[in-house]
Amino acid sequence: MADAIIDLATFKELQDTAGADFVIELVDTFLQEAPLMLAELHSALAAGDADKFRRAAHSFKSNSHTFGAMTLGAMARELEHKGLDYARQPEAGASNALDALAQEYSRVAARLTGLCNG
Amino acid sequence: MAELRASAARLLVVDDNKVNRLLLSRSVEMLGHRAVLAENGRVALEMLRRESFDLLLLDIEMPEMDGFQVLEHMLADRQLRDLPVIVTSSLEGLENVVRCIELGAEDYLPKPVNPVLLKARIGASLEKKRLRDQQKELVRRFATSEVAQDLQQSGFTLGGKRVHASVMFSDIRGFTTLVESQPPEETIELLNTYYTLMFDAISSHGGVVNQMIGDGLMALFGAPLPLDDCAGSAVAAALEMIALIEQFNLERSAAQKPTIRIGIGIATGDVVAGYTGTQQRATYTCIGDTVNLAARLEAHTKSVQRAILIDAATRHGLRAGVQLIALGDVLFKGKAGAASVYAVVQDSA
Repeated sequence: MADAIIDLATFKELQDTAGADFVIELVDTFLQEAPLMLAELHSALAAGDADKFRRAAHSFKSNSHTFGAMTLGAMARELEHKGLDYARQPEAGASNALDALAQEYSRVAARLTGLCNG
Repeated sequence: MAELRASAARLLVVDDNKVNRLLLSRSVEMLGHRAVLAENGRVALEMLRRESFDLLLLDIEMPEMDGFQVLEHMLADRQLRDLPVIVTSSLEGLENVVRCIELGAEDYLPKPVNPVLLKARIGASLEKKRLRDQQKELVRRFATSEVAQDLQQSGFTLGGKRVHASVMFSDIRGFTTLVESQPPEETIELLNTYYTLMFDAISSHGGVVNQMIGDGLMALFGAPLPLDDCAGSAVAAALEMIALIEQFNLERSAAQKPTIRIGIGIATGDVVAGYTGTQQRATYTCIGDTVNLAARLEAHTKSVQRAILIDAATRHGLRAGVQLIALGDVLFKGKAGAASVYAVVQDSA
């Protein structure tokens, strides 16, 4: 697949309907907010706060889909639905699931930045 | 942009996620509407109770107060119940959609929100709200706000309930002569002023005008909403009506126009209050002996040359301080027994 990180059709549609300049602003906001949401996932997991964990994963999923970050969205969705127990499973490795999310996010962030400047 | 389009509406966008808030408000503004933002349900509810909005775009998953709770609060609040809500959420599961609709949401749009769908939904919801506002305005104009409120709360059913109330009848003395002596336009203008004054006096004392016939009106104190001191309120309203008419007459005399006089009859007791008529056309009214007696008392003001006449039950409900003159017992047409009649005297200040 040429681009599994960002679905370009979705991203293009967003630019067409909301305006390319506005999308730059929107991506900027996402790049500021996403690290906070990742931090929230970590702290919710540490505190065993299922509601907070679910909400943070839910927000992450929602934003990912907005930009066409389908893989990232799917990973966040897993966390949203399977919750703390899934994230805690030793074989999945709690930190591993979140780390995987963080790694995918880095790819998404780089690609989005590229798309905005290109 | 100083001039907003006539169709521009004010929307409240509620979402805990900043990206979603930005994108939704952008979509709303691109449709020519204004967007105000709230970051959770609690903040949204505070804003809804403080300011007026045409439509709500509501997220479900939020900290502090989620979208379901917002819908529940709105449903329980008469002021907010009719405000259209479009839920925009990436929450999955049909049961969540059903729950939103059951809680009164107009529609449910999954995120990411399709802009074309959003436009159509916003348009439809605003149109529905406009029709509903129009309907409410009609009810307000042709019924009193109390009746409108009663209708909204308990729905429309023909038939009545027994309540304790004071009933007032009032009309203009020598109205027919007056009508014949002036052009019809002037009569309409006179009636409009007269009704405005009478409505003010009656509603400021908790009464409700439920019928207007020509130059006469019927008002209820204690129905459809109960009133602590219905007799006292009715008499206080009557005194204010007379005072307002006297003031009005000063203006008319100054303008070389004939003055008017009114007669008021008040009776108190149990009445059957409710909607009478057909399913298509009905009015809120009261029936019973008390109503007949009030009408007779009003007619009797002509014979005894008094402005306000009340019955014994109304007198009984009055606090000290109202000046009365006992006029003895009067046998009214259609009444089995005689009724004690009292004239209320205005302060000759």
